[in-house]
Amino acid sequence: MARPATAAALAAVLALALSGLTGCSGGVLDPQGPVAAQELTILWDSLGIMLAIVVPTILTTLGVAWWFRAGNTRARYRPDWEYSGRIEMVVWAIPAMTVLLLGGIGWVSSRDLDPPKPLPADTPPMTVQVVSLDWKWLFIYPDQNIASINHLVVPAGTPVSFQLTSDGVMNSFFVPQLGSQIYTMPGMITRLNLQADRPGRYSGISAQFSGAGFPDMLFTLEALPRDAFDGWVANARAQGEALDAAAWARLTQSSRANCPRTFRSVMPGLFDAVANPGRNPALPQTNPHWPGHDYPSLNKDPE
Amino acid sequence: MFGKLSWSAIPINQPIDMIASGLMILAVLGMLAWVTVKGYWPYLWREWLTSVDHKRIGVMYVVLALVMLLRGFTDAVMMRLQQAVSVGPDAGYLPPEHYNQIFSAHGTIMIFFMAMPFVIGLMNFAVPLQLGIRDVAFPTLNSVSLWLTASGILLTNISLVVGEFARTGWLAYPPLSELKYSPGVGVDYYLWALQISGVGTLLSGINLATTILKMRAPGMSYMRMPVFCWTSLASNLLIIAAFPVLTATFAMLLLDRYLGMHFFTADGDGNPMMYVNLIWVWGHPEVYILILPCFGVFSEVVSTFSGKPLFGYRSMVAATMAICILSFIVWLHHFFTMGAGANVNGFFGVMTMIIAVPTGVKVYNWLFTMYGGRVRFNVPILWSVGFMVTFVIGGMTGVLLAVPPADFILHNSLFLIAHFHNVIIGGVVFGVLAGYMYWFPKAFGFTLDEGWGKVSFWCWFVGFYLAFMPLYYLGMLGMTRRLQHYDNPGWQPWLIVAAVGVAFILAGILALVIQLVVSIRTRERRRDHTGDPWHGRTLEWSTPSPPPAWNFAVLPRVEREDAYWHMKRRAREERVAAAEALAYAPIHMPLNSPTGFVTAFFAVVTGFALIWHIWWLVILGLVGALITTLVFAWRDESEFEIAADELARVDRAHHQAYWVGGTP
Repeated sequence: MARPATAAALAAVLALALSGLTGCSGGVLDPQGPVAAQELTILWDSLGIMLAIVVPTILTTLGVAWWFRAGNTRARYRPDWEYSGRIEMVVWAIPAMTVLLLGGIGWVSSRDLDPPKPLPADTPPMTVQVVSLDWKWLFIYPDQNIASINHLVVPAGTPVSFQLTSDGVMNSFFVPQLGSQIYTMPGMITRLNLQADRPGRYSGISAQFSGAGFPDMLFTLEALPRDAFDGWVANARAQGEALDAAAWARLTQSSRANCPRTFRSVMPGLFDAVANPGRNPALPQTNPHWPGHDYPSLNKDPE
Repeated sequence: MFGKLSWSAIPINQPIDMIASGLMILAVLGMLAWVTVKGYWPYLWREWLTSVDHKRIGVMYVVLALVMLLRGFTDAVMMRLQQAVSVGPDAGYLPPEHYNQIFSAHGTIMIFFMAMPFVIGLMNFAVPLQLGIRDVAFPTLNSVSLWLTASGILLTNISLVVGEFARTGWLAYPPLSELKYSPGVGVDYYLWALQISGVGTLLSGINLATTILKMRAPGMSYMRMPVFCWTSLASNLLIIAAFPVLTATFAMLLLDRYLGMHFFTADGDGNPMMYVNLIWVWGHPEVYILILPCFGVFSEVVSTFSGKPLFGYRSMVAATMAICILSFIVWLHHFFTMGAGANVNGFFGVMTMIIAVPTGVKVYNWLFTMYGGRVRFNVPILWSVGFMVTFVIGGMTGVLLAVPPADFILHNSLFLIAHFHNVIIGGVVFGVLAGYMYWFPKAFGFTLDEGWGKVSFWCWFVGFYLAFMPLYYLGMLGMTRRLQHYDNPGWQPWLIVAAVGVAFILAGILALVIQLVVSIRTRERRRDHTGDPWHGRTLEWSTPSPPPAWNFAVLPRVEREDAYWHMKRRAREERVAAAEALAYAPIHMPLNSPTGFVTAFFAVVTGFALIWHIWWLVILGLVGALITTLVFAWRDESEFEIAADELARVDRAHHQAYWVGGTP
C-alpha cells in the first residue's frame, strides 16, 4: 500500500526538479544575456571540477568507516599506524591541484567578467543611471533625458552601461537572468555592464536587505527591439510629469510597491547630485574613487 | 528620569510578541520559583554562580548555549513557516517589522550566543584537563567572561519584552543601522549586547591562549599537545586578533548613533563601505574561531573511537595554523559585489580557495585515521562521519562562491544561506554536539543514552538536508535572502520542503532534550566509575568522572602524544599499580568569587541604561562595576589549601575503581 504512494511522491518531486532544471524557471539557471551565460558556465564548470573530487571523497569516507567498523573481523586493525609520507603527499596534493585549477578560473574570470568592463559589441552601449530609493528603483536615461520608476526598458542586443548609486541605504541591483549584481551605495557610484540578447521581460530585484519595504523592491527589465524602444522613448517624452526638484523630493519619501511610471524630463545633474551628497548639484562631477575607472569608457558621458 | 523608556516600550498590541515574551517570563519565573522552593539557592550560589572552576564554567557556558539554541531555533521555525506560506503581497502571518527582527535575532543569537558559548564552554572544560593542569591561567577572569556573555544574552532577551530588537540583519550594515534609518532602540540593544559579551569573549580568548602557551603539564611540549588544544590555541589567537576589531567597529557605529558622528552615515562623508570591510575583518576569522575547535573535537573523537592515533598529527597542526593565518586575508569574499575591481576580487577569491587546501587535508587525515582502525559507532562518531560527508559539500559550495563571477549571480541568495548553514550546522553544530556527547560522561560521571542520541543524530542529519538542499536550488532560481514575502509561486513547494526539514531538526532537538532527561533519571545505572568510558587517549580520561576540583592530584608527566593511551599501555605491560608510589603534596586552589556575577549584574544595568538613555543609571552601573573590580583587587585571600590526605584518598579511590573494577 505504502509503496505506490511513495513512488508517486518521488515522481512528483522529480518532475518538479526537472521542470526547474529545464529552464522555464527564470532565474540564474535561465540566462538571457552574454554575462549571465558566461557566469553560469563558470558556475557549472567549477562545480563539475569539484564534484569530481568531492563525490569520491564522500563515498570513500563512508566506505572506510563501514569497512573498519569494530564488528568486521576481516578488516585489519593497525593500532599504531599514524603516518605515511606518501599518503601525506597525496593528501596535500589533491586539494592543492584542484585549487590551482579553480584559482586559475577564478582569477581569469574575475578579470573577464569584471562588472565595470564594457561588453564587446558592434553597437555603442546605452547608458542608464540607477538610483535605489526607499523602496523603489529610479532609472535615469541621460541621453534620452527621461526617467522611469521600477520599469527598466532597454533595446535588445545592445549593451547597457549602468552607473549606480543610492539615495540612502545599500541595495543590490540584480536581474538574475542577465547576470552580475552590484551594490548601490550612498556617496558612491558603481558600474555594471549587461546585455539582453532577446526581447523579453526579465524580473529584477534588490538582493541586499534594505528595510521594511525590501521584498517589494521589484522591477521589470523589458528588452525591446530597437524601433519599439525608440517608440517607448518618444512616448515617455510626450507624457507624465517632469522629474524636477519637487518630484524628486516626493520620490525620496519612503513608499512601497510602487507602480511603474515614467518622467518626461529629468533635471540636469540629478544623478551626480545624488551620488555626491552635500556637494553643489549644479556642478556635475565624478567621484575620483570610482571603482573600475581604469577601463576606457566607450560611451559619451560628461565624465 | 527614565530616558526613552516608557510604557509604550512594551508591545501590548502585538499578540505574537506578547505570547512569546509571556511564555519566556513564565518559564524564567517557574525556574526561579522551583529553585527557591527546593532551597537550591545556597548550593547554586556556592557551587556554580561564584565558581571559578574551569569545568563548572565550561558546563555553564554549554547550558547557556543549549538554552539559546532553543531560542534561536524558535526564530528559525517562525521564519521557515512564514516563507512556506507568504507567497504574494501581504501574505504570511508575520508583518515585515516583526519578520525582520526575527531573522536579525536568529543570526545574532545563533552565532554569538549559541555557537560561541558552546565552543568556548567545550574549550574551557576540556583544554586544562587535556593539558594535565589544574585550572586556566586566570580563574576569576574566566568567571567574569562567562557572566559578561550571560549579560549580553540577557539584554538580547530583554529586548523581546521591553522595546524591540534590530531589524537590520545580524551584521547591522549601515546606513540602514544608522539613526536616520533605524531610529528605534533595536540596533542599540544589538550593539550593547554584543559589546558587553564581546569583552567577555576577548577576555576568555586571552585566558585560554595564555593557559595553552604557558601552563602545560611537565613534558607536554607543543608537539605533544592533543589536537583539540592546538585548534583551541588557534581559535583563541583568532579571538585575540579579531574581537578588538569588532569592538572598535561597533564603537564607531555607536558614536554615530549617540553623538551624531559620521563614520558610516550616508551623508557627511561617512563611508558605509568601511563598516562592511571592518565587520568582515572580524567576521571571517569568526567562522574559523567557531569551526577550528570543532575540527579539534572531530580529531579527538575519530581517533578515540577508531582506537588509533590521529593520522598525520603534524599535518593536522600545520593545517590548523595555516587556516588560522589565512583566515585573515579572505574577508572581501563576503562582498565581491561591492565593485572593488577585478584584481582585488581575484586575489581574495584565490586566497579563499587556498584555505580549502588545509581544510581538505584535514578531511583526508580523518579518513586515514579510521583506515586500519576498529571503529566503534557510538554517537560522537556518528556526528563526526555525518560532519565529514556534509562539510565537504559545504566546502565545495563555499569554493564555488569564491569564484567572483559565480558569486555575482549567487551572492545574498538562498544559495549563500544554504552554504553557510551547511558549514555551520554540518560543521559547528555537529562538532559541538559531538563534543557534548563525548565529554558529558567526564563532566557528570554518567554516560548519555545512546538510543536517543542516535535518534537525535539522524533527525538532525536528515533534517539538515531536507531544510537546506532546497535552499541551494532556490538560490539558483534567483530567490534572495530575507524576503518577508515573494511573488513567485514556483518557489513555494521548495520552501515547504525546507519547512518539513525544520520539523525534522525540531525532532532532533527534542530527542536531545529527551536524551538528557532519560539519562539523568537513569544515571545510577549508567554511572561510569572508571573515568574512561571511551578508552580515551588523552589526559582528561585519566581523572575520575567528574574530576575533582583540582583535576590531577599529582601533575602527570607527559612523554609523548596520546599520553594517557601510552600510560595505560605501559601500566598493562608492566602490571604496576603506580598510585601507591605517588608523593602527594598539598595544593592551592583559587577561592570562589562573586566578582564575575556582580560585574555582569552592573554590565546589564549599564547596558540597559545606555540603550534607553537613562544617564544617571549609566553612571551608577559603571561605578558599581568599578567598585566590584576594586574590591576584588584588594581581596585578602585568594586561595585555599587542599590537604595531601584528601588528595591521596580521592586519587586512590579512583585508581582502585579503574584498575580493579574498571575495564582494563
